[in-house]
Amino acid sequence: MAIEVEVNGRTHTVDADGETPLLYVLRNDLQLKGARFGCGLGACGACTVVIDGKAVQSCDISLAAVAGKSITTIEGIGSPAKLHALQRAFLEEQAAQCGYCTSGIIMTAYVLLASNAHPSDEEIRAALDGNICRCGTQARVLRAIRKATAAG
Amino acid sequence: MKRLDTGRREFLQRGGALVVGFTLASAGIAQQLAPAPALPGSLNNNRMLDGWLRINADGTVTVFTGKVELGQGILTALAQIAAEELDIAYERVEMISADTSRSPDEGMTAGSLSVENSGTALRFAAAEARAMLLQLAAARLGVAADKLVVSDGTVSAGAAQATYWELVKSVDLKREATARVQPKPPATHRIVGKSIPRRDIPKKVAGGEAYVQDMRMPGMVFGRVVRPPSPRARLESCDEAAVRALPGVVAVVRDGSFLAVAATREEQAIKAAQALRASAKWTEPADLPPQGMALFAHMQKLPSQDSVVSSKVAASPAGAAVTTVDGGAVTTVDATYTRPYQCHASIGPSCAVAQIKEGKLTVWTHSQGVYPLRQHLARVMRFTDANVTAVHVEGSGCYGHNGADDVACDAALLARATGGRPVKLQWMREDEFGWEPYGSPMVMKLQARLDARGQVVDWRHDTWSHPHSTRPGGAGSNLLAGWHIANPVPMGPPVNSAQPAGAADRNAVPLYEFANQRITLHYLPEMPLRTSALRTLGAYANVFALESFIDELAAAANVDAVEFRLRHMQDPRARAVIEAAASRAGWQPARKGDGTRGRGIGFAKYKNLAAYVAVVADVEIDRRTGNVRVVKTVAAVDAGLIINPDGVINQIEGGVIQSTSWSLKESVRYDTQRVQTRSWADYPILTFPEVPAVDVVLLNRPAERSLGTGEGSQGPTVAAIANAIANATGTRMRDLPFTRERVKAALA
Repeated sequence: MAIEVEVNGRTHTVDADGETPLLYVLRNDLQLKGARFGCGLGACGACTVVIDGKAVQSCDISLAAVAGKSITTIEGIGSPAKLHALQRAFLEEQAAQCGYCTSGIIMTAYVLLASNAHPSDEEIRAALDGNICRCGTQARVLRAIRKATAAG
Repeated sequence: MKRLDTGRREFLQRGGALVVGFTLASAGIAQQLAPAPALPGSLNNNRMLDGWLRINADGTVTVFTGKVELGQGILTALAQIAAEELDIAYERVEMISADTSRSPDEGMTAGSLSVENSGTALRFAAAEARAMLLQLAAARLGVAADKLVVSDGTVSAGAAQATYWELVKSVDLKREATARVQPKPPATHRIVGKSIPRRDIPKKVAGGEAYVQDMRMPGMVFGRVVRPPSPRARLESCDEAAVRALPGVVAVVRDGSFLAVAATREEQAIKAAQALRASAKWTEPADLPPQGMALFAHMQKLPSQDSVVSSKVAASPAGAAVTTVDGGAVTTVDATYTRPYQCHASIGPSCAVAQIKEGKLTVWTHSQGVYPLRQHLARVMRFTDANVTAVHVEGSGCYGHNGADDVACDAALLARATGGRPVKLQWMREDEFGWEPYGSPMVMKLQARLDARGQVVDWRHDTWSHPHSTRPGGAGSNLLAGWHIANPVPMGPPVNSAQPAGAADRNAVPLYEFANQRITLHYLPEMPLRTSALRTLGAYANVFALESFIDELAAAANVDAVEFRLRHMQDPRARAVIEAAASRAGWQPARKGDGTRGRGIGFAKYKNLAAYVAVVADVEIDRRTGNVRVVKTVAAVDAGLIINPDGVINQIEGGVIQSTSWSLKESVRYDTQRVQTRSWADYPILTFPEVPAVDVVLLNRPAERSLGTGEGSQGPTVAAIANAIANATGTRMRDLPFTRERVKAALA
């Protein structure tokens, strides 16, 4: 079944079952690997993308449900050549170990900063409540996000 | 400027002689007369220089290591070492990591040993390669080697110059290392000791392909495994035909109790696996151990292999063991501590890509040890080792022996049925929680006697534990699917590494000076739930017990906890980190908590061999809910010569936060038959609102050898938290984890 989705400002036609979780469409059909599979239940945040301005777990929403909506992935906010302020801050603060959770965290922070350019430490922590990191880089992540807000 | 001809003819005349000279002196005659001399680090087992380094005519250097990037920054640190010793720009170094077709065999990337083993090998190999290049340049330029200056691979003596990239045509690194060239003195380091940004991070912040989970190959299909519902369940029947008929299904594999499916699309593979699971009938024994605190009484009754791993008896005039120094009053203190089954719980479930082509199997894997994996994989697949290639590709966070090796075996078995097409198999979240090897539950019983002055005169520590290493390597096959197939390859007997590192008994031997001590391990080789290496092995629980008990004794002796430690500690480096952590935290001797807020300290030298770490933790306790919040921590670290300070800080911070999560929240749930931990809802870990601030103080000691830090802070952190809770509330928590329910009950 051909379904149209708008990702990072481009419209794609995807030939997949409408029940397919968006995550697999992004990763396998559109070759956008930044959103990662973590749990399949929307419980870890590794697959977070932005849909119509909201942070959404792409493992837990179907292709049919996002048809016609505007989706932004980490590839859409910056590129290696032109990093977004958040990505640059994560790089400068070395705010990763394995990095598997990083894309999801950056996308959640991206949505936070869109509505609150200068969040408090508590607001940043609260926004990231649904993004878990197992390597224990949270202290660095908080430093990076604070840095990005200062830069912005 | 004098440019040099470095053609082949000259190589044969001059450079060739150089190589022959070295060969005769080291490998040739020496080897016939005596066993090969010991070489430093992993050079000892991988003795050829060109196994470590290639200097390329295009101005780059290729470094080979058997160690793998786990997000700990090891490839960056090793590149720094190579660039430093060769005197080249860091950017010239290309790193090739573990790959059985081309890298050294360095076993596992584990035990906080990569800088010590691989880094040491590289230091000596690079120093020797540099000396060879300089010797050749000296001959060419007609000056003594010690008059030459090297800058980014350009060797000069006044105006005369030669570059490595030219010279290398005449230098043959295909020879055995001698380790006779001393690496640079640390005072001259320009690249080592700097916080060079990690080479793996750019792709991780920009959404690039970074993991084996992201691999895509032409014709690749997607796989999923269907595990039994419990550890020793056996498959009776399933409807393979119905699953084969589902959309996109390419293969269904049923081999004994091993079930897997492959499909052209990932979501089709998941649906097919669900259908296969739904159709499967199993017989299941109810053979899991008792739950909750009953587990620990049960463990002490199991058949055990007992060994005294450390014993010290003070000499006395009468020749008998003394228990008091001055015949004064003796106080005896006892305590028992426990730690439950705990998970690695990587964010990304384990994954591998496998392909079988013309009788040869290749797996792309995030295993910590590609050579041991290849050996065990070959046994399960009934291939020769030579027909199996294992290539490391990064995966999600690795904290020990997780599902990486097992999923490589799953993918390989499935690849037999995909007609030569590569298959990427990723575990689902419940596969990971249900089947990863857990950190072993442990019981630590401690007893000590204090003399009238409050000094410890006798110390006993008994640890009960299941195995902490059932990794691939050694006899049999330690790959899960290999036990489930119809023609199984059983697990080899687990081995507990000997002291001083130990495994179940790791860090059970105190670094403190006690006149009498006896440390006993009660090793429980049977595993009702599979256990293996989880970051620090037994050290996390042993340090929890040892350092909690030190505080209990300090309280019994009415001495400040820092002071009590220093009174029993001779090692000046240990004293220095304890003092540094206390000083940075603004430690106030003998200060009591106020009922809800408190502070504690914990110390360990990991394995009694690696980095010295002391942690001070500040906690706040909500007495109504029992919630413990670790607000702030200070960690003081002595890791000898530090290669990359930010890399060390990142490891220490991560260890503190991960240990805080283990300590406050984590235990595996199971019933009589099945593991009930299946999702993050069943196994909550520390969240962003809950993470403590971490302040790391580095005590750099460039003259001392580098000490591993990857597992340095976990033990001290749990002890600091336990001691802070006791300091705050006057209540001692001896059973991990310190959940709300437990703390609330203890305070009631």
